[in-house]
Amino acid sequence: MKLFSVEKPGLYTTYQDLGRVGYLKYGVPASGALDRFALQVGNILVGNERGAAGLEVTMQGPELLAEETFVMAVTGGDLSPMINGRRIPLWKSVLIKKGQVLEFGQPRQGVRAYLTVSGGFHAKKYMGSRSVYEPAGLGRKLEKGDELVGEPRQQKAGTGLFFTEIPDYDRDVDVRVVKGPHHEQISDKVVSDFFAMTHDVSPQSNRMGYRLQSDLATNHEANVISDGVPLGGIQLPGNGQPIILLADRQTTGGYTRIGTVIGPDLPLVAQLPPGGKIRFKEVSVEEAQEAAKQEEQKLRIWERFTR
Amino acid sequence: MKITFYPLGEAAVKCCFHEDISTALTYNIQAFCKKLVHQKHVGISEWVPAYDSVAVYYDPWKLSYEEITNVLVPIANEMDAHEKKTKTVITIPTVYGSDYGPDLENLAAANKLSTKKVINLHTKRHYLINMIGFLPGFPYLSGLDERIAMPRLESPRQSVPAGSVGIAESQTGIYPLDSPGGWNIIGRTPLKLFDAEKEEPFLFEQGDYLQFTAISEDEYKQIQREIEKGTYKLERREESE
Repeated sequence: MKLFSVEKPGLYTTYQDLGRVGYLKYGVPASGALDRFALQVGNILVGNERGAAGLEVTMQGPELLAEETFVMAVTGGDLSPMINGRRIPLWKSVLIKKGQVLEFGQPRQGVRAYLTVSGGFHAKKYMGSRSVYEPAGLGRKLEKGDELVGEPRQQKAGTGLFFTEIPDYDRDVDVRVVKGPHHEQISDKVVSDFFAMTHDVSPQSNRMGYRLQSDLATNHEANVISDGVPLGGIQLPGNGQPIILLADRQTTGGYTRIGTVIGPDLPLVAQLPPGGKIRFKEVSVEEAQEAAKQEEQKLRIWERFTR
Repeated sequence: MKITFYPLGEAAVKCCFHEDISTALTYNIQAFCKKLVHQKHVGISEWVPAYDSVAVYYDPWKLSYEEITNVLVPIANEMDAHEKKTKTVITIPTVYGSDYGPDLENLAAANKLSTKKVINLHTKRHYLINMIGFLPGFPYLSGLDERIAMPRLESPRQSVPAGSVGIAESQTGIYPLDSPGGWNIIGRTPLKLFDAEKEEPFLFEQGDYLQFTAISEDEYKQIQREIEKGTYKLERREESE
C-alpha cells in the first residue's frame, strides 16, 4: 500500500539497506547505508529485520505526506524531523497518521538521517538489494510525486533506544584504523604524520568517499597494482590528500592505501559535515574485530527485544 | 603458491601472491576463487580477484583474522599446478569505425597502419580478463598487439556510450555503461555487458577470454533487436590451450 507521497524530495534522499553482496567481483559497488548502525537500529525500533530498506536522508530532508497510519522511526543525524510542524524524537518509534506531513528542518548534528517504517519500504530490488546506486541505473534518488509503498504491521509506537546508547555525532572525531595493505610503501614520516595530525573534511565528499584536506608531504610511488578496495579503505594518492572510501566506492583501485577505518567507526566519518575534523588512531586487527563483535552483539540483543 | 596476508580492516583480508603478473597467475587466481565457490566456507561472503591478489570479505563474528588465514593457506597451496587445459572464449561482435569508433582513423594514422589492419590486429587475438572493476562489468584485458597501442586522449570525453570498445596505452577494454572516458574509441558492441534486469547480469568473469569480431552496422542493429527480444545467443566456446 501507499505509505508516503513525496511533496519535496530533499537534497539527496535514497533507499538504502545493508547493500549488495556477491557482486563486487563484477565491479558493482556494494552501496547500502553509510551509517549502518543508525539504519539497523531504526529497523529494530519498528520491529523489522535489521537489513530492511529505509530512506537515507542527506542534509536537507524531504517533505513526505502520509497516505496511511503506521509506525515509523528516524535515527542517525539530527536533521530536525517534524510531523505537522512539531519536532519528533530521534531513535524512537512514533505513529504517523494518514494526512500528516513528515518534514525536516535545520541539520543540528550529523548530516544523514534514516527513516524506517514498519515492514520496510518495498522499493525495487536489483541483485538482491534495494540500495540505490544511480551511476549504474540501480534505482534513483527521490523525486517530487514519487509514491513510497510498503506493508506496515499493526503495532505500538514508543520503542526507544536507551539514551546512553545514542551515538554522539561530533564535528571532531577520533576513528580507529587498521594499517595496510600498502603502508610499507609509504615513508615512516608520512605514516606517523598521518596518525599525528588532524584532518579536515573537504566539501567534495559523498557516498563514494570522504576527501580530506591534509597536505601530507608524500613522496612515495602512489600507483600500485590494482586490488580490491574495502569499505573504509584510506587511499593516499600522490597529492597527499587522503580519501576514505565508503559504500559507493569503486570495487578496485590503483592507489596506495595506508589503512582501513574499522566498521564500527564509519558512522562517525559518514556523519561529518564539510569542515569536520578527523584524527586516526591505529589499532590491531584483533582489537578491530573485538569492537565489531561487541557492536553486533548489542544489535542482536536489541533485536531480540523487539521481534 | 606463496601467499601473504594483509588485513583490510576487521572484515576483509588481502591475499597477495607476490608473483609477476602473468597468464599463469591469473589462472591460479581463478582457480583460487573457484575453490572458494566450492567450499562455501561459513563466514566468507565474497571476494574480488585482481592482477596479483584476491580480497576476501568475511564476517568477523564467525571467523577471526587468524581463522580466515588458516582457511586460505591450504587453498593457495593447492594452486601450484597450472591445471587449466581449456579456456572459455566469448565473442564480442563489434562495429569498427565511423560514429561507432570515432578514434579509429586517428589511431590508425598514429600507428602508420590502415584502418583495416588495425581491425585485423584487434580481432586476431584472444584477450585474457585479468580483473573486473572500475565500472560494473568493466574487463581489464591483457594481450593487445603493441602495434595498435595508443596513449589516452588528451582531453577525456564527457560521455562515451555503453558498448564502446577502446584502447588506452597497451590495454583494450569495453565501456559497460555510458560514462566519461579518455580511451581511444575504435568501435562499439551491441552486447550489454551489464544488465541489472537479468538473472545473470554479466556476460563473463575474471579468467575468461574475449575475442572481438568485426560486424556491419546492419548486423549491429539486428543483434540489438535480438537482445531486446531476449533471443540473442552469446557465442561462448571452450578451447584447448
